[in-house]
Amino acid sequence: MNIIWILMIFIGIIIAVVTGKPEVINDVIIHETGEAVTFAIGLTGIMSFWLGLMNIAKKSGFISSITKSMTPITRYLFPEVPPNHPAIGAMMMNMVANMFGAGNSATALGLKAMEELQKLNTDKMVVTNTMAMFLVINMSSIQIIPLTILKLRSDAGSVNPTDIIITSILATIVSTIFGVVACKILEGRK
Amino acid sequence: MIKVLSYISIIAIPLMMTVILLHGWVKGVNMYDCFVEGAAEGFKTSIRIMPYLVAIFIAVGLMRKSGFIDYLINLANPLMTFVGVPPEVLPLVIMRPISGSGALAILRDILNSYGPDSFIGRLSSTMMGSAETIFYTMAVYFGSVGVKKGRHTLGAALISHLASIIAAVVVCTYLFL
Repeated sequence: MNIIWILMIFIGIIIAVVTGKPEVINDVIIHETGEAVTFAIGLTGIMSFWLGLMNIAKKSGFISSITKSMTPITRYLFPEVPPNHPAIGAMMMNMVANMFGAGNSATALGLKAMEELQKLNTDKMVVTNTMAMFLVINMSSIQIIPLTILKLRSDAGSVNPTDIIITSILATIVSTIFGVVACKILEGRK
Repeated sequence: MIKVLSYISIIAIPLMMTVILLHGWVKGVNMYDCFVEGAAEGFKTSIRIMPYLVAIFIAVGLMRKSGFIDYLINLANPLMTFVGVPPEVLPLVIMRPISGSGALAILRDILNSYGPDSFIGRLSSTMMGSAETIFYTMAVYFGSVGVKKGRHTLGAALISHLASIIAAVVVCTYLFL
């Protein structure tokens, strides 16, 4: 993360200066930092909501029953997590929220899952195989109904805005499979 | 069709909420206290991820505003044409893993200039719908638990992204051409 971040910053600064528009650097520093804080604060409400609801779901045994029903899949994807661990429930709910395009809810649930996974981590500084797998699946997008895209398409005057749903789902399945396989292959290397 | 789909999307979260609450009720959980107890963690989590968000927003902002992404697009052009990606959708391919809002703006441009029902329009919509932002998600998720070393996460995510692009081209060519 360190190297990527430094590279992104340096490249940005150098190019801005070389192309004769150093003022954009100031602009980014002022505006983007504010945006980041606004975003984090904006996330607080939905975060509290889901963490509250998750606490109920944990105490009522709802999470452990989802976890149990998903065992055949999760045992393959996340072999290092004990079958009844609450992390599985949080990961599953994150995926459901993602599928329905509820981005902020998905983030809240995903961060809860990361917290649970971190409890299982022996080296707190380094990502576990499970975390990497969870993130890669998460980032390969498992959205079923891409509402924003449908809206953009119908705004642009599409006769049939929804005909991209099936192609999106097919492409997503392929990318998720590739992501999972890539994780399984790469995780062996230290 | 779009009305039904948007209804399903809207109802999904309330449904999840209702099921959890009903289940808690049946099991006799003290729900109000449990909710508040869990919700107290929300603020802490936001504060914890804030510095990571500031860091990644600056980096992504600099890459976008400096024009670096435009260079990257020119650089990646031959490679993408080689794997069969039409050059018109290239800006989207590059922007998608870096910034979600940036990618949406590009998609809007593409749809307006080529038409939403053209091959390019459908292909770019498919690409948008089958990928996610990578850098931001990694920064937030890792940041929230304080993990520093991501190991193979970025590599696997980029492989998955590349697969989604190629899959989108193949599927769209097959179905729409």
